[in-house]
Amino acid sequence: MNRFKIAVFTLCAATLFSGCAQQSTNLYHWGSYENIIYKSYEKPGELSIQEQIEMLNTDITKAQDKGKKVSPGLYAHLGYLYFSDGDEAAALQAFNMEQTLFPESYPFLTGMINRMQSGQQP
Amino acid sequence: MSIYFVHSAKKVAAGFGLACIALITGCATTPPYDYTAFEAHKPRSILVLPPVNQSIEVGAPYIYLSRVTQPLAEKGYYVFPVAVIDQLMKENGLPTSTDMHNVPLAKIKEIIDPDAVLYITIDNWGQKYQVISSTTVVKVSGKLVDVDTGTLLWEGHAEAVQQSDDGGGGLIGALVSAAITQIINNKIDHTPQLARIANHSLFHTPDQGLLDGPYREESTNLGQP
Repeated sequence: MNRFKIAVFTLCAATLFSGCAQQSTNLYHWGSYENIIYKSYEKPGELSIQEQIEMLNTDITKAQDKGKKVSPGLYAHLGYLYFSDGDEAAALQAFNMEQTLFPESYPFLTGMINRMQSGQQP
Repeated sequence: MSIYFVHSAKKVAAGFGLACIALITGCATTPPYDYTAFEAHKPRSILVLPPVNQSIEVGAPYIYLSRVTQPLAEKGYYVFPVAVIDQLMKENGLPTSTDMHNVPLAKIKEIIDPDAVLYITIDNWGQKYQVISSTTVVKVSGKLVDVDTGTLLWEGHAEAVQQSDDGGGGLIGALVSAAITQIINNKIDHTPQLARIANHSLFHTPDQGLLDGPYREESTNLGQP
């Protein structure tokens, strides 16, 4: 019954959104990025860093298969996870990918990279 | 079997009506927002700081934070990685969201360099039990500020409500139904879903939400759907 209610609620929300907001196609493939953030705060430790890295890499592959961009922040988050896992080379690569996909992140991530490479917490 | 079906159909109809009433309040009626300042600055990138929490639910800010990127990015803005930013600020001596909201814009520009900062306040959050039903609420308000000048570019608020109703069938039936609903609802936290709906309404409601950002405009100009 509860599931049923959720379905009805979602249906209703969808009906209303299409009524008052313009329906448009997603710009990005979203996958697990936000659920990883949710779990890391709500259920810390449930997903290991390696599992989170694997999930984000799966999303990257899926996005490529669909011909979509990954969401803003995904590569930066992935880079941070690699850094936390001790893999600075992979972290650098991910930070650079975010900068290439979204030039708005360039100054911020350049700072992160510089701090990481001088042995500080990024 | 068929009796049960009729009964549940009635319940569904009632539930549908209530849920729709709760959602419909965000649309229409209010006069259009004045976008003069917004259009003058046209931000490309938005930094979302962890929200200040006025509710009694301790976990609310981070559930919120995990449901804000998608509706904002799909509106066409670059959204900085919310959890990485939170971590960075905590490591730099800013343990609470109130501390983070008090960081001077010049400092934010130096370290992160967004075009605009989104300051969110959680006004109400969580589940309330009434006699025969329970209501889950997520109510938030936001201010978007230009990082160079401190100009307020936009502000808005949104609320999403889910009512777990009874479908009629007398008070005793209702009490039993309420008890069952509470037991079920205790296992499922509806707030992430409601936070998503509230954010969608906050950013996407025409004439009240944000204007389309550059990535949405580009995709429209290219003739993509």
